[in-house]
Amino acid sequence: MKLKLHVWRQNGPNDKGRLETFDAPDVSPDQSFLEMLDDINLVLAKAGKDVIAFDHDCREGICGMCSQVINGVPHGGQERTTVCQLHMRQFKDGDEVFIEPWKARAFPVIKDLVVDRGGLEKIMQAGGYTSCHTGGVADGNALPIGNPVAEYSMDAAECIGCGACVASCPNSSAMLFTGAKVAQLAVLPQGKVEAHTRVMAMTEAATEHGFGNCTNHYECQASCPKGLDVKFIGKLNREFMKALCK
Amino acid sequence: MILDGKCPTGPIETSWDRHRFESKLVNPSNKRKYKVLCVGTGLAGGAAAASLGELGYQVHAFCYQDSARRAHSIAAQGGINAAKNYPNDGDSIYRLFYDTIKGGDFRAREADVWRLSQVSNNIIDQCVAQGVPFARDYAGYLDNRSFGGAQVSRTFFARGQTGQQLLLGAYSALSRQVKAGTVTLHERREMLDLVVVDGVSRGITCRNMVTGEIESHWGDAVILATGGYVNVFYLSTNAMGCSVTAAWKAARKGAYMANPCYTQIHPTCIPQSGEHQSKLTLMSESLRNDGRCWVPKKVEDCEKPAGDVAEDDRDYYLERKYPSFGNLAPRDIASRAAKEQCDDERGVGPGKRGVFLDFADSIKRLGEDTIRGRYGNLFEMYEKITDENGYKQPMRIYPAPHYAMGGLWVDYNCMSNVPGLFVLGEANFSVHGANRLGASALMQGLADGYFVIPYTIAGYLATVKPGEVKDDHAEFKKSADEVKSNIDKLLSINGTKTPSEYHRELGKVMWEDVGMARSKESLEHALKRIPEIREEFWKNVKVVGTNEQFNQELENACRLADFFEFAEILTRDALNREESCGGHFRTEHQTDDGEAMRNDEDFCYVAAWEFKGVGVEPELHKEPLKFENIKLAVRSYK
Ligand SMILES: Cc1cc2nc3c(=O)[nH]c(=O)nc-3n(C[C@H](O)[C@H](O)[C@H](O)COP(=O)(O)OP(=O)(O)OC[C@H]3O[C@@H](n4cnc5c(N)ncnc54)[C@H](O)[C@@H]3O)c2cc1C
Ligand code: SF4
Ligand code: FES
Repeated sequence: MKLKLHVWRQNGPNDKGRLETFDAPDVSPDQSFLEMLDDINLVLAKAGKDVIAFDHDCREGICGMCSQVINGVPHGGQERTTVCQLHMRQFKDGDEVFIEPWKARAFPVIKDLVVDRGGLEKIMQAGGYTSCHTGGVADGNALPIGNPVAEYSMDAAECIGCGACVASCPNSSAMLFTGAKVAQLAVLPQGKVEAHTRVMAMTEAATEHGFGNCTNHYECQASCPKGLDVKFIGKLNREFMKALCK
Repeated sequence: MILDGKCPTGPIETSWDRHRFESKLVNPSNKRKYKVLCVGTGLAGGAAAASLGELGYQVHAFCYQDSARRAHSIAAQGGINAAKNYPNDGDSIYRLFYDTIKGGDFRAREADVWRLSQVSNNIIDQCVAQGVPFARDYAGYLDNRSFGGAQVSRTFFARGQTGQQLLLGAYSALSRQVKAGTVTLHERREMLDLVVVDGVSRGITCRNMVTGEIESHWGDAVILATGGYVNVFYLSTNAMGCSVTAAWKAARKGAYMANPCYTQIHPTCIPQSGEHQSKLTLMSESLRNDGRCWVPKKVEDCEKPAGDVAEDDRDYYLERKYPSFGNLAPRDIASRAAKEQCDDERGVGPGKRGVFLDFADSIKRLGEDTIRGRYGNLFEMYEKITDENGYKQPMRIYPAPHYAMGGLWVDYNCMSNVPGLFVLGEANFSVHGANRLGASALMQGLADGYFVIPYTIAGYLATVKPGEVKDDHAEFKKSADEVKSNIDKLLSINGTKTPSEYHRELGKVMWEDVGMARSKESLEHALKRIPEIREEFWKNVKVVGTNEQFNQELENACRLADFFEFAEILTRDALNREESCGGHFRTEHQTDDGEAMRNDEDFCYVAAWEFKGVGVEPELHKEPLKFENIKLAVRSYK
């Protein structure tokens, strides 16, 4: 099939940026979206032109590196799918496709579709852990954890840190990302101990690094490639209130 | 030269404990005076950096991704082994040790494998303490599954995302140390050289991938935990950025490369769908617990939909050939068996390079919901890629390059022959011999990072003065200049073919001539082809853009230049090893029924290669392997 692509080109955070149009004349439905872009880049490179920069690594939907807004939707809108797992059979001959980077105050553009997501790192560093040292911990079975609790915790832990939730949110809020980590640890006996300090530190870091607040648009859940539920934002709020009341 | 792995002698059961006691320590108040560089933030590097930071060393950690959490360990699906024996099914440290030595086809060091088995149990405890949500049964206890090459259930898992959860655990521990100020993270940095001063490793040269700046970093010790090299085949289950660069640069500076020919071809990957393919996707091996591998018995049935092939006309070839392990035969065996069926014209799907993995019987026995519960995300992923529903029709799978058992040579302390250079995880060669068993790479990465290096690095650091050589030493400038001139050269060639085109070309040679089955003839052919393509690459590659920008074409070109040189050493090692063992199968050395035939008389050694120059034959050093606890025996899974 043939497609027309409008791709965001931007040479660094201070460049204004613009859309550039490309023809994709021979797209196979079995290709992934990134393989389609590889083909475009091959043509550009052979012609000595600057290739389209985009982040990617595992190409199997787990590393969280790929980050593109396709036709206005982070990751392209197929349910529970990252850009790298989006396949061209989701498009049809003659489609026009708009490809842009994550757009959020907290994520400055490095080049074209590549952004700096360092803010998410800061949130994690503020408290996304249990403070256990290597060695000297109890046997793994010492504290039984009920299956439903373990499953809830795992649901939250599925987050791949891609930042689509932030990119889709009108407030650039990272509350789904933050809530997921807070919830994963807060329900486990190992994480409960520091639940209060953790939630305070992580939310504070989020504000400090330019992420906004949740005003219930739920765009994050819709664009999350791992299907994280907004209930984790509710959990974040409850944990926050509990910590405040302490 | 005969190499010495410096393994402890005496009873193996107490070898690690004695070694720990006998190793030197660094006084707590002195630790912060030492600077340690850790390249790589996967399970091995992330765990090492976090643990060393906790101990008080000044740690600098590097990765090429934009976050330490994205190292390719994240992609591991199946699980992690430990000898906990929670299911009470007869597991023990000794059995894990035995299985790993046997699974590795008797080409690994006993002492290293014992230590790995011993600390495996600590890993699970550590991860639980970090909040890793392992699967639990309804009483709240940790759940286990079985994996290829073992007859006990010793694999711990977190849905189909075990690697992700373990890595996030290590990344959390690392983040905590960043906050504590003991670890400094350098993301989007690619190590492009090792700096060696008077034979001792003193630092690294790396490129800032955003600005193009060439940076020098000094350290009292350098740890490489940079993962595996199977992207030398171009198509593999590794991430696009995985490369041999860090390890190869170290090899060029004198570190020996051990057993590079031991590569693992994983049996359960999604077959290639066309020429556009950029990588291959693994389907966890755990699928073989409930899926049955088969191909049609008759060639004419291969074009039919699976459902139209009568039960009697199906060849469940693994169950037929290996009745006691059946579909759970180790990877090397399962992969070769799939290849044999396809070579015999009985493959299925496009190009007839595929076999069926059929869940119909399990679905009948357990119900679709149970199967969904166990592997739901894998079925989902399979459908996204192939547009086929694995519940309704059998999946199609084919082997793909997956894991590197070979790597930089290290002694029992995980230190290479270059003093001060430590190598952890997939990047070293140490514990898997000629074949790695499922769920044991995650175990190795975390064992090396959490429980081995914190002890063994102290033994080394206690003998050096902190900050003795810093980045003002002339060798740092020399290294940076070399890196720059290499980059300038690549950018100035301005030929006609892109790095990815050359990578594909190299990959094709490697897959066809040095892949699942190797012969003297095919290897010699590869040894002729690789230098030809390499020379053409250096005359005709086209790398667009400049160094002073975010430039992925340049990144790829640098990585590929190293793959070219490395590919030759891999092939030479395969040619030298006149035997079949584990993942290394020489067609000249097989039994009448096509099983691998080892030659313990002549090849019971680690082959460690010393780089002597591009296009120059490397020098072989041998480390003899001794088996004092497990009798050398022919591996049988029949
Ligand atoms: C798809 C897949 C599934 C798997 N499933 C399992 C499983 O179920 N069980 C199991 O036990 N094993 C599994 N494995 C194997 C296992 O995941 C890996 O062997 C292991 O995670 C490797 O860890 P590592 O820390 O050595 O390297 P990696 O996790 O690959 O980390 C390498 C690190 O080095 C950095 N790096 C590399 N080169 C450079 C450079 N030049 N400069 C700077 N930084 C650099 C990277 O940024 C990264 O941080 C699987 C592997 C794959 C590919
Ligand atoms: S919550 Fe979802 S969208 Fe947000 S970072 Fe995690 S995986 Fe990405
Ligand atoms: S490239 Fe890893 S999730 Fe898309």
